[in-house]
Amino acid sequence: MKVAVLGIGITKFGEQWESSFSNIFVEAGSKAIQDANIDGKDIEAIYVGTMSAGRFIDQEHINALIADQAGLNSIPSTRVEAACASGGLALRQSIMAIESGMHDVVVTGGVEKMTDTTMSKTTRTLVTAADQEWEAFLGMTFPGLYAMIARRHMHEFGTTREQLAMVSVKNHRNAKNNPFAQFNMEITVDDVLNSPKVADPLTLLDCSPITDGSACIVLASEEKAKEFTDSPIYVTGSGQASSTLSLHDREQITVIDSTCNASKEAYRRANITASDVQIADVHDAFTIGEILAIEGLGFVKKGEGGKATEDGVTDKGGRIPVNTSGGLKAKGHPVGATGIAQAVEIVSQLRGDAGKRQVNADIGLTHNVGGSGGTSIVHIFEK
Amino acid sequence: MSIPRFWRHNKSRYNLIGTRCVKCDETYFPPRKLCPKCRRKGELEDVNLKRTGEIVTFTVIRNPSEGWGNTDPYIMAIVKLDDGPSLTTQIVDCELDGIEIGQRVTKVFRKIQEDGDSGLIHYGFKFKPLD
Amino acid sequence: MNNGIVGYGVYVPSYRIKTSEIARVWKKEGADIENNLRIFEKAVPDYDEDTVTMAVEAARRSLDMAGIDSKKIGAIYVGSESHPYTVKPTATIVAEAIETSVEITAADFEFACKAGTAAIQSCMGMVSSEMIGYGLAIGSDTAQGAPGDPLEYSAASGAVAYIIGKRNCLASFEEYYSFTTDTPDFWRREGQSYPSHGGRFTGLPAYYKHVYNASMGLMHKCGLNPEDFDYAVFHQPNGKYPLGVAKMLGFKKKQIKDGILVDRVGNLYSGSSLLGLARILDIANPGEKILMTSFGSGAGSDSFSITVEDNILETRGRTPKVEDIIKNGKYVDYATYARMKKKIKV
Repeated sequence: MKVAVLGIGITKFGEQWESSFSNIFVEAGSKAIQDANIDGKDIEAIYVGTMSAGRFIDQEHINALIADQAGLNSIPSTRVEAACASGGLALRQSIMAIESGMHDVVVTGGVEKMTDTTMSKTTRTLVTAADQEWEAFLGMTFPGLYAMIARRHMHEFGTTREQLAMVSVKNHRNAKNNPFAQFNMEITVDDVLNSPKVADPLTLLDCSPITDGSACIVLASEEKAKEFTDSPIYVTGSGQASSTLSLHDREQITVIDSTCNASKEAYRRANITASDVQIADVHDAFTIGEILAIEGLGFVKKGEGGKATEDGVTDKGGRIPVNTSGGLKAKGHPVGATGIAQAVEIVSQLRGDAGKRQVNADIGLTHNVGGSGGTSIVHIFEK
Repeated sequence: MSIPRFWRHNKSRYNLIGTRCVKCDETYFPPRKLCPKCRRKGELEDVNLKRTGEIVTFTVIRNPSEGWGNTDPYIMAIVKLDDGPSLTTQIVDCELDGIEIGQRVTKVFRKIQEDGDSGLIHYGFKFKPLD
Repeated sequence: MNNGIVGYGVYVPSYRIKTSEIARVWKKEGADIENNLRIFEKAVPDYDEDTVTMAVEAARRSLDMAGIDSKKIGAIYVGSESHPYTVKPTATIVAEAIETSVEITAADFEFACKAGTAAIQSCMGMVSSEMIGYGLAIGSDTAQGAPGDPLEYSAASGAVAYIIGKRNCLASFEEYYSFTTDTPDFWRREGQSYPSHGGRFTGLPAYYKHVYNASMGLMHKCGLNPEDFDYAVFHQPNGKYPLGVAKMLGFKKKQIKDGILVDRVGNLYSGSSLLGLARILDIANPGEKILMTSFGSGAGSDSFSITVEDNILETRGRTPKVEDIIKNGKYVDYATYARMKKKIKV
């Protein structure tokens, strides 16, 4: 497969008190269309991922809202949802639309406005990614799920508290060079260990923050892209897989099997293996998430994610740089926007536009997970 | 919270009633309408599950969701029942640092949530350490 | 009478607060209060426990002891003055939680601390008349005392369940006698969080009058005297009243000591005398006779003459004994206690 990236755009991630839901996606969309150097009339369809505008801002019918605010009325607009993988799902759907021949130029965005409501309502909304009747209702929170995975990973493989913290330290270090990131301060392992406890063993600095933000990408068929650019970055692989909604039904608590299956499909379509990937932006909603990701994607052996992080394998200068953007932890995690924001980072890197974050790479990967692993979506990008 | 939605599962929450597929003998909790293994070929019947199990993993929740305020911190765990299925549950009658993976636990009947001062009280299972 | 107890079950929460700790907060002399009330600590329910949850646990234990299928229960009556709902019965939730048949009659009872024995009497009637095969009577309470009020030292929590039936009784009822008057010693109006009481008026005109008259009436009905009983158990609002009324009636210390538990767990309200009876049944021998008299404010007493049967040797040991249930309490301080009992209004 070969789908061309014409343009990318992203807003500053953080608490955007002055901007509404509509404001932020219009900003990201305009930037992407500008970057793509196309005209509004070239756009044939919109796909957008957002987890829960219905609960965060009481707004449904998002697809219509977005087309309207973008001044792109009359073209088909589709909103998809897969919890924290909503952005990745939107990307996959737009790729499928182009590959099928249905559309030639598609604008794909992700957006979330999380700060218009109270903290406890936000926590309540985030846990809708889990089973309501049998996890959330009985007292579980979203960080609690990943905390249980971390505890089990530590029990089975000897992963240490410090190794988890090192994921956060690395990602904060990377985010310093990302002008769009929510945080740009470096932190230490001690900072992580001493930050307020959220769900043992995870502390505040193990967890991605509450963020407002939007990211957008303009895609075109390989043929159509030639009208606009000589050397686009291409999406050459796409993989999606499901798993159980509840963590307690998972075959193995420490393996996100949907990640394994999604990456297998993506590698197959791109005709590559895990070792061909030279840079990746993965789903570190919690520090343990990144460890599971690099194991599930096949970058390191099962159980060795903690050690690999400690050894610098995933540092910017390591064997496989992971989350040069700062990851969800330091860049921010506006839920629905994340899957697209990851694509924006990898495309920037492959284009050579990543500034101080720049890594020399020809093949990059994005990895987006919904809930505790009920959905995983993996994409491969190449020059 | 919706009245019928949680009333519907009262007997499962009160008494650990799950479902067993008579075709493949697989046991499920929470109860299911469709056997994931056999799908349309399967046939599910209610089954009372044993009330003991062991801790697979756990955490201490310190930032609870709406509806759970004022009772934190509390322990949440995944418990594998002796009959096979695993479930998510609160662990009670226990110090916050008092359990470990592999601990044997037994079911108790407790309040799960209240819909405020004038709404319904929802009851169901929690687990406590077996001495 | 042709009915008796086929199983019983006790549940007491595992947390405790000491009298001295409550006294400390209200700047009273703990030792004086302990001396006055003869209560040293009381049982405190966890955040997620209430009259319903405790009634369920007690009911399960009573079924385990009786060894009968819950589907055979024909009636469930739960007596309490702290039902979580004013309208929606505790009894139906208990019924669902112990998997009775849907073909049962159920209701909640209220008569202050004697709602549990009233429930037993109803079951006795229904079993005797063969309206039902087995009846489940429960006394369960999470009693509240206003902060700083003397009741705060005694108002405790717990549940005791009795299954009444005709066959294979571990103890049978010989006679009962009830004494009831309109006496306003202690009450709680609709919507109020805490009860009000008449201070010293709760003594002679209330507790003593009703317990004495009911017990005398019972003994007269049976043609028995205090020395004919091996054990006597009375409602225990504190550690002094039951000793006082026992003396008035002519019972000796050794007859009543095994049924006194208020010093260690507080006043279980609807479960109070029922708990004392359970402890005695844990140790009594076949052929021994027990007198039990409850007291509920408002006011009334139910008195029973109970004979221990041979079958008690079969059922003993099937479930934890009262002593095992109440030992190893975990102590909390007043702040934690206030939070657990939702005394801090937000």
